[in-house]
Amino acid sequence: MAELTKGKRDIGGVVARQGILIAFVVFMIGFALANERFFAVDNIFGVIRSSAILGVMALGVTFVVIGGNLDLSVGSMMSFSTIVVLDLHDKLGPALAIPAMFAMTLGLGAFIGFLVGYLKLNSLIVTLGMLSAIHGLTLTYSGGQNMDIADKEGTWFSVFGQGVIAGVPVPILMFAGLAIVLSVVLSKTPFGRKVYAVGGNGTAATFSGVPRARVVFYTYLVSAFCVATAGLLQASRSLGSQNTVGQGMELEVLAAVILGGASLLGGSGTIFKTVIGVLILGFIQNGLLLMGLAFYAQYVVTWAIIILAVWLDIAAKRGRLWSPIA
Amino acid sequence: MNAESRNNLVKQGAIWVFILFELAFFSIAGEFLSVSEKAFMDFDNMLLLLKQSAPIGIIALGMTIIMINGNIDLSVGATYAFSAIVLLDSMTWPIFQGLGDWVIPVSWMLALLTGTVLGAINGLIVWKTGVDAFIVTLGSMLGYRGLVFMYNGEQPTSHLNWTLVDFAEAQFLGLHTATWFLFVAALALWLLMTRTVHGRNAYAIGNNREAAVNAGIRVGPHFLINFMLIGFLAALSAVVFYSESGSVNPNDGMLYELWAITAVVLGGTKLAGGYGSIISTIGGVIAIQLLRKGLGHIGADTETVNLVIGLILIAVLFLDRQLNRKGKEELKI
Repeated sequence: MAELTKGKRDIGGVVARQGILIAFVVFMIGFALANERFFAVDNIFGVIRSSAILGVMALGVTFVVIGGNLDLSVGSMMSFSTIVVLDLHDKLGPALAIPAMFAMTLGLGAFIGFLVGYLKLNSLIVTLGMLSAIHGLTLTYSGGQNMDIADKEGTWFSVFGQGVIAGVPVPILMFAGLAIVLSVVLSKTPFGRKVYAVGGNGTAATFSGVPRARVVFYTYLVSAFCVATAGLLQASRSLGSQNTVGQGMELEVLAAVILGGASLLGGSGTIFKTVIGVLILGFIQNGLLLMGLAFYAQYVVTWAIIILAVWLDIAAKRGRLWSPIA
Repeated sequence: MNAESRNNLVKQGAIWVFILFELAFFSIAGEFLSVSEKAFMDFDNMLLLLKQSAPIGIIALGMTIIMINGNIDLSVGATYAFSAIVLLDSMTWPIFQGLGDWVIPVSWMLALLTGTVLGAINGLIVWKTGVDAFIVTLGSMLGYRGLVFMYNGEQPTSHLNWTLVDFAEAQFLGLHTATWFLFVAALALWLLMTRTVHGRNAYAIGNNREAAVNAGIRVGPHFLINFMLIGFLAALSAVVFYSESGSVNPNDGMLYELWAITAVVLGGTKLAGGYGSIISTIGGVIAIQLLRKGLGHIGADTETVNLVIGLILIAVLFLDRQLNRKGKEELKI
């Protein structure tokens, strides 16, 4: 702690703590200088809109990670939500399909939360198993078929993914709204403080009377709620989907959360920083495309950025660049 | 026999008991439910099962030694795909045109070298920056996959060499070429982990890193060696598989890391490091492949395989915890 308070005064400390924000601004300026289209309003909206689904999922995973756990199941869970809501749309109508899908997804989240929170099983393996299990569940549910809405023109269901309110696309509004609500929950409520406590030092939290199991359980419910929202956005945007729509997203989501500076050890990170992490990934992809680089070059750049971000973060904490590993 | 060694025996035997249970279950259930006339325990069927286990199996061997060390590698699927592309593409390079079929060993060497270098990059970053292996390999999983796509876009890379296909499809003493590669790699790694200083140190580091450092073990080089080995093995797995199939899609190998980790954990290796065995990992790989084949045999949808394996993985974790309450499984990544 002493180093932190000392760091507050000098410039190095500021750079270390706000590094991700500074990097973000530098990137934005660089891209804007390279291409004037980058700062066009429609381009910016386009980027945020296409990042919204990943972003919504990252908000939930932030809770889980701050609580000291991992969630690798969000990708296949998002596929599940998307397929279920599309299927139920034609069977029950959209007004019933959406709450039914949220209930089912929250059920899956509760199951994971029970295993990790109350049974205290290793979250990496549990969510790895659930990644596979939910994928199987989705395929069984859909019979391996793609899911499509029959009447794509005549449904109001498309409003979530494609609508525009006051000039702003609805996915952006939902992403921003959820981010603000969850940010308040995390930073201003007793529950939020307990999430930090459990992730920071679980044993100390338990001795201080924080119900560790229940808090972890709720973080997975938050994550499942965000996944259900992401599934809703995805389904509404395309009105039809493959079974594997969310495949591989769990690791991109985790990359965004880590990029935002949340430690995998738990106890640190904020919603705001995660949003920055999501936006960095989105704008890098967009900026590199505008500069004429191959689409897949973004992966290589993302790789370098993730490692650099985490490396500089821990280098600032330990006070030396190279690791002390012999 | 004291309690601890009996406990170890139970743990190492568990996966084999599970395999026997699977064999019995699918044989009996197959009598009533099977769509095909052939018995499940057919000898050729079992040989084929071993062959099909080889690609994931060889990667899982590498994952075992990485996890014994207390690390993890999420980039093996991408390393696998990139090595496969180097293997197939290098056979068509103009500089190798004069070699005839001698291009095969050259391409193999290039592919294996590629995998080893990609592994070494991971290892060096983990060693020198001190960033956790989970994050480093999560990043390189994206990065290496990007390299795969940049190499040839979204097109498959194809090249069939019939001499190579004949070699890959050959059977020696009844076992397929791929099975031999799996067994030889397993034997070599088993010797490495149980008979050498490197193996002993790897267990020591995974068990208690601080104590290992205090005992004068240099942690970094052991990390590096293990990451180079898993890169090499991912490339070997690609060599074995693509010598026969001759065509690689840029998405190939996706989620292989998760399958490999599943097999390793089923085999009883601890995520926290310090405990695990190569032989049990082979058991884990066979158990998964048996489950895939068996569910198909009794007419279940192939889709249910994912569901069953996921739930079994969680059940194993739960049982292991119940059997081993006082252990130090509380994982902190």
